[in-house]
Amino acid sequence: MSQTEKTGRRQRRSGAVLLEFLGSMNLAITLLVAIAIASVVGTVLQQNEPYNNYIMKFGPFWFEVFKSLGLFDIYAAPWFLLLLGFLLISTSVCVYRNTPAIIRDMRHFRLGVQEKSLRAFHHRDEWRSPDPAAPLADTLAKRLRRHGYRVRHRQFEGYQMVAAMRGGTSRLGYILSHLSIVVICIGGLLDGNLPLRLAEWRGELKVETRDLAVSQIPPESTLGTDNSSFRGSVTIPEGSRADFVFLGMRDGYLLQKLPFTVALEAFRIEHYPSGMPKSFESDLVIIDEARGEPLRKTIAVNHPWVYKGYAIYQSSFSDGGSRLQLQAWPLDRPATEPLRIDAVVNESSRLSTPRGEYGLEIIDFKPFNVFPVEEAGSKKFNNYGPSVVFKLRAANGEAREYVNYQMPLMVEGRPFLLSGMRATPAEEYRYLHIPLDSDGGIKRFLRFLALAQEKGRISQVAHQQALNELGLTEADPLYRDFTSSMSSLVGLFVEHGIDALVELAEKNVPEEKRNEALSSYIKVVQGVLGTLYVELLREEGVDVAAGIDEQQALYFDEVLNAFSLLGPYGSPLLLRLQQYEHVEASGLQITRAPGQNIVYLGCVMLMAGVFFMFYLHHRRLWLRIEEREGQTHILFAAAAHRERGDFDSEFARLRGDLRHSSSAVLSRI
Amino acid sequence: MSVTTETLSHEFDTTPFLRRLSVLDWLWALLVVAGTVAAHRLYSEWMDGYEVGILYGSAAALVWLGWGWKPMRGFSVAVALLSLAAIGLYGGELARGESNFFLKFLISSQSAIMWMSALYVMATVTYIFALIAGSGFSGKVASAMTWSASVMGSVGLMVRWRESYLMGADIGHIPVSNLYEVFILFAVMTALLYLTYERRYNNRAIGAFVLTVISAAVGFILWYAFEREAHHIQPLVPALQSYWMKIHVPANFVGYGAFALAAMLGVAYLLMERRPDGLLARRLPTLEVLDDIMYKAIALGFAFFTVATVLGAMWAAEAWGGYWSWDPKETWALIVWLNYAAWLHLRLTKGWRGKPLAWWAIVGLFVTLFAFVGVNMFLSGLHSYGSL
Repeated sequence: MSQTEKTGRRQRRSGAVLLEFLGSMNLAITLLVAIAIASVVGTVLQQNEPYNNYIMKFGPFWFEVFKSLGLFDIYAAPWFLLLLGFLLISTSVCVYRNTPAIIRDMRHFRLGVQEKSLRAFHHRDEWRSPDPAAPLADTLAKRLRRHGYRVRHRQFEGYQMVAAMRGGTSRLGYILSHLSIVVICIGGLLDGNLPLRLAEWRGELKVETRDLAVSQIPPESTLGTDNSSFRGSVTIPEGSRADFVFLGMRDGYLLQKLPFTVALEAFRIEHYPSGMPKSFESDLVIIDEARGEPLRKTIAVNHPWVYKGYAIYQSSFSDGGSRLQLQAWPLDRPATEPLRIDAVVNESSRLSTPRGEYGLEIIDFKPFNVFPVEEAGSKKFNNYGPSVVFKLRAANGEAREYVNYQMPLMVEGRPFLLSGMRATPAEEYRYLHIPLDSDGGIKRFLRFLALAQEKGRISQVAHQQALNELGLTEADPLYRDFTSSMSSLVGLFVEHGIDALVELAEKNVPEEKRNEALSSYIKVVQGVLGTLYVELLREEGVDVAAGIDEQQALYFDEVLNAFSLLGPYGSPLLLRLQQYEHVEASGLQITRAPGQNIVYLGCVMLMAGVFFMFYLHHRRLWLRIEEREGQTHILFAAAAHRERGDFDSEFARLRGDLRHSSSAVLSRI
Repeated sequence: MSVTTETLSHEFDTTPFLRRLSVLDWLWALLVVAGTVAAHRLYSEWMDGYEVGILYGSAAALVWLGWGWKPMRGFSVAVALLSLAAIGLYGGELARGESNFFLKFLISSQSAIMWMSALYVMATVTYIFALIAGSGFSGKVASAMTWSASVMGSVGLMVRWRESYLMGADIGHIPVSNLYEVFILFAVMTALLYLTYERRYNNRAIGAFVLTVISAAVGFILWYAFEREAHHIQPLVPALQSYWMKIHVPANFVGYGAFALAAMLGVAYLLMERRPDGLLARRLPTLEVLDDIMYKAIALGFAFFTVATVLGAMWAAEAWGGYWSWDPKETWALIVWLNYAAWLHLRLTKGWRGKPLAWWAIVGLFVTLFAFVGVNMFLSGLHSYGSL
């Protein structure tokens, strides 16, 4: 034997071994389970979030480990695709190896089966009949046909053979269902972003992570119209247009050019009483130079528009740059008249305040806010009117987020203006409740605040209290201590809130006396501010000779509550929404999925295959009919693929029927 | 050599299926068609072309079911009559649900669902009693209770459907839109699947196992209603306003129901296998039969789950712009599918039987349960409207 022959055989052998391995059931089941487990990881770990979130969650070390394992985009990770690839190969090999045998099995009736083999079948029977063989064979064949069997009848030397089968399609089910996996994977591959990843790997494509204007996005992050499959999104404000979409990729995006322009003429949204969106739809125009005339169509959720293989979906909505008119009331030495600010949602502007330059970033605007309220045991929905969400960014870059409601909110029958603040988006808003005065405005609140911030007025009140209530003289050494600590307590409270007084007590007073000290601090502050409040009322022309009424007392408490939160509120301004012009934007998803119909074909094959496999049963019958000693001997045997108990009864009934039809008189030899 | 006369009669009728049907069968078909046409004429303004297709498709399926499984007819007629009675009593005014005696205590959707809950739990207890005492009569009572519970559950869903339209034409929708509603569907579907096997194998001992899982579902329904007030009808978010919901969700629940049934058969199998001469061995069918029913349930569940997932993918393509997004619910559907695909391969190709597959079917129920409830509880994603 020559050397080449040997290696040739060995190659063939190792090829067969490889094929054997790839087509093995153990590999297939291992792959099914492995893919299932890997998929679990992808659902437990939120995919494709901004990288910063992962760093916060896992720390820098594990972030790097997870990132290198591709866990943040697991379904596109090379090893996951490799698993899918192996499943594809394993399934293909299975189909390749089994199909010829299955097709043979479906087509061949096996007329040549030996008598000995038939006798070895589990389902078999024998009987005799006085009828001659040939016509009997015809009769029984006809009988089997009536039972739904396909029948072949052949005359052999000395005996007749009738072979029948039904449900062969169930074997086709195997081919269909397994081939369908291959078809679905191919379709999915066509629609996946593998080419983009390859281009990125070759360095031809770069994921953009900066927040850039569309015109600034570099060409290496831009995809032309030749990209055959993508799934991108774009937000178009009313009256605007776009000829691109953004494809999100890991922690960045790519810009995908479209061969046409989509313009949003109008956006409509309807709400349920609960404030939940009921329906939203966009009137779109497609301007395609290749076509000439613009096309118009309205799309809604569940009703996309497919144009030249591009499918346009209504996916979301947002503010498209509403124009807001705001009043800015400074909170340091409040003036009597506010500043007017014209702002646009999603844009930012500069504000100069006594505390320095601030950036005002308008983040969102809502024309209404509906919240459920429990009223006499039943749930109702209240509309709290428009709101604006904005960030104030100090010169050092630190920003706080605020939400301001335009309409007053009633709390226990008293009207307040609400403004929520949070330092990071992860926190809940803390709400500043500003009480409204008898005119329904905030002017008295601001005048009061201005008074409280005036050091001179505070000292004056302190001076009077020292003289009138303690009977001190200016020369008394206690006088200085008393007035200065009074002024500083009030100053602390107005500037930094109640927390500052707590801190002070913690710093200066031993623990067992802290509560006592704190309540005396508060009493001092209340006393000073109370005196100021009465003076303010008097200045406003309110008759306070007989003391203040309950409403006015409540108002005072509410103001003090608000003052105590002004420190943490941390804004140099109070913004009030005056007027607005609502502009909406429609979030569109535009996709190109040339593999979709292939996937659907695969799905149909899969469904058909599964039902064929489970609900059609491949059954074979044989009748060997032989004339011997003046009698006709009939040997009846049957085989059911994946034989199950179910076949027993069918076999019994068939046997009965066949015996009856062959005028059997003798049973079981 | 014994010679006997052929005694087996040729009971195997070879006349074509349609000719074999009796007058009663044709009356049944006529009734369903008449009811369907009436429903179509009455409510056509709320239906689009697809929904009309689904209506007639389900009518055909119901006729076929009634031909193949006769008890389905009595069940359907009972559900129809009670539902129509409720619709008639409402007469276009939702407030009558509080004032009318029959509605308030019997057949308003919430009352019917409470009846269903009570009856399923009672049936469970009765099945267990019948199993232990070996009482055939108790077994029959348990079956009757299960049938009644299923009727009440179905009536509850039907009437809820109507009630949603009474709340407002724009709120109306088929009640398979949130976790509360689909749990009812799950209980009814599992019970009906069980009842087919009970009849086919003429064994009621399995009921003690299957009804236990239904009672667990009932427990959830009650907790969800009383603790979370989830029984209020909620309007649909735009993504759910589609005819796809009418086919995707029910197909899914045939699958879930069948998987639950298989898992409980697995439990029965394992308990019986431990004590081959114990009580269970005397009452339950043989291990081989249990194994076979388990296979049949998983095959049925797998087939329907495949259809449901494919329908879901097609719906996703229409609503979310892609037939597959690796959304947690989608991914878990895939995991369930892979799990049972592996199970079926082990049985059909590797020839596994019995104990390991019984264990696997039980584990499969937990995987299914996570896909069905856990995803909504612990993971966020596009399917978040089903959240707890």
